[in-house]
Amino acid sequence: MKVTVKYFGLVAEAADKSEEVMEFNGELTASELKEQCLYGLSIADKDSVQIAVNQNLDDKTTLKDGDEVALLPPFAGG
Amino acid sequence: MSRYDRQIKLTEVGLEGQEKLRNAKVLIVGVGGLGCPAAMYLVGAGVGTIGLMDHDKVDKSNLHRQVLFQESDVGKPKALVAKEHLEKQNSEVQFEVYKEPLTIANAEKIIKLYDIVLDGTDNFETKYLLNDACILADKPWVFASIYKNEGQLSVFNYKDGPTYRCVFPKSTRQNISCEATGVLGVLPGILGTLQAAEVLKMILRVGEVLSGKIKLINMMQANEQTIKINKRPEEIEKIRKEGIAPVYIDCDLKNKEHWYLDVREVFEQPKPKGQKVLSIPFNDLTSRHKEIPNNQEVFVFCQSGKRSKNAIEILKNEFGFHNLKNVEGGIETIIDG
Repeated sequence: MKVTVKYFGLVAEAADKSEEVMEFNGELTASELKEQCLYGLSIADKDSVQIAVNQNLDDKTTLKDGDEVALLPPFAGG
Repeated sequence: MSRYDRQIKLTEVGLEGQEKLRNAKVLIVGVGGLGCPAAMYLVGAGVGTIGLMDHDKVDKSNLHRQVLFQESDVGKPKALVAKEHLEKQNSEVQFEVYKEPLTIANAEKIIKLYDIVLDGTDNFETKYLLNDACILADKPWVFASIYKNEGQLSVFNYKDGPTYRCVFPKSTRQNISCEATGVLGVLPGILGTLQAAEVLKMILRVGEVLSGKIKLINMMQANEQTIKINKRPEEIEKIRKEGIAPVYIDCDLKNKEHWYLDVREVFEQPKPKGQKVLSIPFNDLTSRHKEIPNNQEVFVFCQSGKRSKNAIEILKNEFGFHNLKNVEGGIETIIDG
């Protein structure tokens, strides 16, 4: 199964990419995928990073082949 | 011919719409990179009453993006200077100036005087405060945030729609400002202008308001996408029942053995954890100096190191403290992590 993961803000910076295709077998929820993607990245507050699946904010969905996942950190600059 | 002729010609505006704009009251919280362009367009469009709130002064490093300000404004209060420039742009607009910060004490009261709030702030504490106060005052607010080359935009609490806490329920300590990361002036220019557009649509009751979704813009990569937000009714209910939930962002200090004195106001963040951190705001030092230990070294800090330096002078000259050391560079230099 393949899903596209899009990174934003300091997550993109920590991952050093704005997008990647992840391949895995079996079932995975959006939040499990987030954990895998953020593993080892230097992000102080991983809980604050929100997940969108196919442009819908949602962390509970079980992922399907071809899904697009976005990882959104909050930011506050102005 | 009316100065608004070119917009009145639009079917979305017309004479009726122009009247709506004239009767509208918009509060701009934070007159910086986002607030400056937003204010200019709202004033240009003839929004009748505009509140300008900012407790900061114009700094030379603001000029590249805070397009209302000129070199001669450096050092002057932003809200006041903004009003002076905007008055020249459109003398038909009524301005209210607030030189104080938005706080738990004043937020709801001030917001109630307006129809819509435009968020030009640069920190999480004020964004959550705005969110909660807008829920209580039952007003929509137009949110925008920036990180380097990216922006987020949404309209919250519009017609019972989702709020900021529906997207980001928990606050975070990762308060990173434009000062810290850098930003090209055009990005807040784009976001602030989009915020003004959302305000105008709400006043005119036309088009599609960016409620129930958040727009993500990457200026460098020239792309954007919109993500749908679901309401988290429990988050909104909690604020309605319990009132504004203050965001206290805590942090650890590198050295836990030293005594520290925090002379910042109570709303200033982050708040260091620990038994040996005393918090006495600058203006209360005279009445509360007896709480400060005088038999061991105490490190005094504020946000930048300036207020703490003055605090030490006062405590030394008026109350004979000789055990105080200034934290040059402010709190960021003593935080762990």
